[in-house]
Amino acid sequence: MARAATTADAFNAVAEPRRREILDLLAGGERPVNDLVALLGLAQPLVSKHLRVLREVGLVDVRGDGRRRVYRLNPGPLKPIYDWVKPYEQAWSQRFDRLDIVLEELKAEEDGENGRDE
Amino acid sequence: MAVTSSRRAEVTLPADTQILITREFDAPARLVYRAWTTPELVRRWWSGDRGQMVSAEIDLRVGGTWRFVMTANAGFEVAFHGEYREIVPAERIVSTDVFEGMPDAAAVNTITFTEVDGHTTVRMLVQHTSQEHRDAHINSGMEDGLQVVLDLLEEVARSLR
Repeated sequence: MARAATTADAFNAVAEPRRREILDLLAGGERPVNDLVALLGLAQPLVSKHLRVLREVGLVDVRGDGRRRVYRLNPGPLKPIYDWVKPYEQAWSQRFDRLDIVLEELKAEEDGENGRDE
Repeated sequence: MAVTSSRRAEVTLPADTQILITREFDAPARLVYRAWTTPELVRRWWSGDRGQMVSAEIDLRVGGTWRFVMTANAGFEVAFHGEYREIVPAERIVSTDVFEGMPDAAAVNTITFTEVDGHTTVRMLVQHTSQEHRDAHINSGMEDGLQVVLDLLEEVARSLR
């Protein structure tokens, strides 16, 4: 998988666990910086730094609301990551669809055995 | 044969070196565990749509080994093996997982079976030793996708003859 060498790339931006946490928090709706600082338990300058990286790759947007700056998730740049993982996910989905059939048969077998016991 | 609705496996990347696969099954944990640990049953589902199983060997005890071999649709054989490190029947299996085509990239799989109201959620956490190995593991799915594209191209090429 070819990746840009700079942080101006969603892959690199989400490689940092705290930045993934911020995205998880914003997935529930937009939030002012102070909320994020409180929820993450990190110093404000550190949170601002992470937010700046996320903004640079377009993963979050910011708007002013009076004196507050409110951030919201913009999931678009995550699509390449999703596209990358998708064939892997499909392979497991296909496996599990077959496992469902095996399980249905095991359940039917058990029900049959229980029926005989009664 | 019962028709079951197709549910997607959810794949997430909780850390640079990890893959987490989650899926709920409409069966109690003891049956999901049995289908996961009985060679004759593994042979029926593990290759999915990607190929045909050649063999499945399982020595289900701590220190015991497992080995699965399949012939991929593209014709080549792929084999995986590992060793069991922890076994809690119907609850949890920890084992190593080595793709024999890339023997340096051993992962540790932690599989948990959580039953609620007769339904079982399986969580499989794949822990690699480096991001490079983790990415290569995910790319192996990509190569299959690529193979489908190549097969289509071949069909198109044939139709043009």
